Amino acid sequence: MKFLHDQIEKIKPHFMKGGKWEKHYYSFEALETFLFAPATTNGAKGAQIRDAIDLKRLMMTVIIAMVPCLLFGIWNVGHQHFLAIGQAGATLGDKITVGLIQVLPIVVVSYGVGLGIEFVFATIRRHPVNEGFLVTGMLIPLVMPPDIPLWQVAVATAFAVIIGKEAFGGTGMNVLNVALTARAFLYFAYPTDISGSVWTYLGDAKAVAGYSGATPLSIAAESVAAGTNVVSQLNSFGAGWNEGVFTFNNMFMGIMPGCIGETSTLMCLIGALILVATGAGSWKVIVSVFGGAYGMGLLLNIIGGNAFMEMPAHYHLVIGGLAFGAVFMATDPVTASQTETGKWIYGILIGVFTVLIRVFNPAYPEGIMLAILLMNVFAPLIDYYVVSANKNRRLKRATV
Amino acid sequence: MSTEVAEVEVVEKKSEPLFSKKNRKLISNPLDIDNPITVQVLGICSALAITSQIKPAIVMTLGLTFVTAFSNVFISLLRNTIPSRIRIIVQLAVVSVWVIMVDQLLKAYVYDMAKLMSVYVGLIITNCIVMGRLEAYAMGNKPWPSFLDGLGNGLGYGVILIILAFVRELFGGGTLFKGLPFEWHVFESMGIKYQGNGLLLLPAGACILLGVIIWVQRTLNGYRESH
Repeated sequence: MKFLHDQIEKIKPHFMKGGKWEKHYYSFEALETFLFAPATTNGAKGAQIRDAIDLKRLMMTVIIAMVPCLLFGIWNVGHQHFLAIGQAGATLGDKITVGLIQVLPIVVVSYGVGLGIEFVFATIRRHPVNEGFLVTGMLIPLVMPPDIPLWQVAVATAFAVIIGKEAFGGTGMNVLNVALTARAFLYFAYPTDISGSVWTYLGDAKAVAGYSGATPLSIAAESVAAGTNVVSQLNSFGAGWNEGVFTFNNMFMGIMPGCIGETSTLMCLIGALILVATGAGSWKVIVSVFGGAYGMGLLLNIIGGNAFMEMPAHYHLVIGGLAFGAVFMATDPVTASQTETGKWIYGILIGVFTVLIRVFNPAYPEGIMLAILLMNVFAPLIDYYVVSANKNRRLKRATV
Repeated sequence: MSTEVAEVEVVEKKSEPLFSKKNRKLISNPLDIDNPITVQVLGICSALAITSQIKPAIVMTLGLTFVTAFSNVFISLLRNTIPSRIRIIVQLAVVSVWVIMVDQLLKAYVYDMAKLMSVYVGLIITNCIVMGRLEAYAMGNKPWPSFLDGLGNGLGYGVILIILAFVRELFGGGTLFKGLPFEWHVFESMGIKYQGNGLLLLPAGACILLGVIIWVQRTLNGYRESH
């Protein structure tokens, strides 16, 4: 550690004003403050705020909250792989190895491309490198299918960081959630690689007899035409090669095919606990997204009409990416509503729209991504009306 | 507006050459610092709708340039006789004559193209660029500068259209000049298996691309939003 610190101190003059690498100062500064505490911390005396919570630590907290999802996802990718090729007896080590081989390159590409672009913009615009990408870079792999081509990850990350964030002025200025922008880009640009039956990594191996890449959402959507009961369809799915994969308990645990990090509602809830306990995420948003989806599901149950509408409301909370979106995407402090009342409205509408899109729009099997992006756009408007309602209320009370 | 008229007339008295510096500006400004799409942000609908390939973009450019230039000339000739209270409807009547002419020509000679462009040819009538140039320029200037102004704005519109169409066709479909005699399957001919980008083929993709073009242009010109 001492050696590293000495080395950094030694090359520091080159990056200071007048040094030969002056224009790369901010890249250097990012590296330095990432490794060591900056020299400009506040003194022990005086009236300044002394809590060390800064953007960097906030971001690290969110990443820690994502670790359960990531680790579970790595295991699950391997687990689903061996189930699909008919080798249910594979060892834990094998499963984790396959998972790591699939997941790690996606993480590396996402961070490499995203941070590269961040450094380039920081150098051009002469501002410190922001830490905003640390979380985005981890979120992007978690919402990708395990066998997504790496070049697509790179293109989507570049698109999301440049168009979704830097065009609006960088970290903290983006209108849309950057990770979801990346996913939406892939969804519309290369739909064949991110929809249909891509959710299990097969590799070169041949799938087991009876294998089907269907997802709970596609099964539910098909039940509408067939008129069958969604729950019994889900319970009987996978007979012979992956029995009981879509039972309610199993879907809650998340031992099913899907995007790398989003299958497990349980892991998302653990992440939610960490976020709420540390104050990094708003519990109001998380609760209201779940509540909105559940409420809308109940309402559709009462109305009835087709198989999907009659699916029990609590199923909506465990299928698809609702839990992951609610915990990690909707709570993004930059793109969510800022006012406390606004957070309830914002979250509830995300839940409602998710279920509406799932049930009524056959073109989009999963609705959480589009619902969050839509509400990201409306969040400032919600805030505006909440604030002006508050102003009116107080003006009425005032006796001037 | 009136001061602008007086100015032009003063210059005309000295029998200005046809392509004086001032007249050349009428053509060159819309191509860059006064571009109808990227600076004035007019004519967006057609720029997003028909630029998924280069061929319709070229046809649209020709059509719009033709209509804008000749409508400008006619309105400029009539400018002193049009009662200002009904000028919009007069302008519309003149524009629609030229649009119908373009539409009929397309239907007669390139019927497939006319079908592909569907309503967008007819919609030139309501294209903001045409109306904008009539109001802002032809109503106060002589026919020849008005003609050049119409030509310039039509070409300025076309430049952006063709840039959009070039990128969208190349990266969206992997071809160039599709439907023309020198159609080129770019990636296939280079032996690369290219997977078309579906987002670029959607109008939403064109809108993002247009935003990028505006970003690049403003960066190059050092444009700053005035507050």
